[in-house]
Amino acid sequence: MITLVFLGKLADLAGRAECECALTSGAINWPDLLALMEDHLNTAIAEAALADRTKLALNGAVLADKTALIARDGDEIALLPPVSGG
Amino acid sequence: MRDIRLIDRAFNPGTLIGPFTQANPGLGGVCTFVGEVRGETDVQALELTHYEPLTLPGMHDLADHAFARFNLMGLLMVHRIGVILPGEPIVVVSAAATHRRDAIDAVDFCMDHLKSAAWFWKREQRGDGWHWIEPREQDFSDRERWEK
Repeated sequence: MITLVFLGKLADLAGRAECECALTSGAINWPDLLALMEDHLNTAIAEAALADRTKLALNGAVLADKTALIARDGDEIALLPPVSGG
Repeated sequence: MRDIRLIDRAFNPGTLIGPFTQANPGLGGVCTFVGEVRGETDVQALELTHYEPLTLPGMHDLADHAFARFNLMGLLMVHRIGVILPGEPIVVVSAAATHRRDAIDAVDFCMDHLKSAAWFWKREQRGDGWHWIEPREQDFSDRERWEK
């Protein structure tokens, strides 16, 4: 099982703030993640994940290069759109 | 004195600033900024979302940078999360230093980073529903000033 967390407007696109997906293999990479979202959620969220401004965090650490993702059973992946605070 | 936190309910900045100032005896100056939800005609509420594993640790990193960059005695940084109504405070940053310039610049530095480089997502509720807010160009250029 892998947990996907959608922040900000990505939660609207995904239609949920979180989703747990069963893994068919031990680990997934970036193309697998896109395919997983396409299958379990929708094309819009997979496309939004591809956008340059969308960052990825694995278990609370932001990835310098999201395409280098390798996630394993029990991991949490967060999709982070542009931030806005203050 | 370092006090960095997230707060999920309405708060009175004065109740934080008083004790913060007291906790930095011998300071030469204290500078405080309080940001509030503007009372714009159509905005009914703001909602600030955060991501637990990143947001508070990110604010601590920002505080580390402020302490490294400015000569500070103390730093208070408190950010609201959740639904916030017009007139309510969203953020308070207060810096205590021996000399005024460090206090003023540290607050400016922290605010510029909180606006467009901290892990928050903001949306506002208007008459026609919720709208996500992205930083303005000005917010990005304000932050880039510090990279020079």
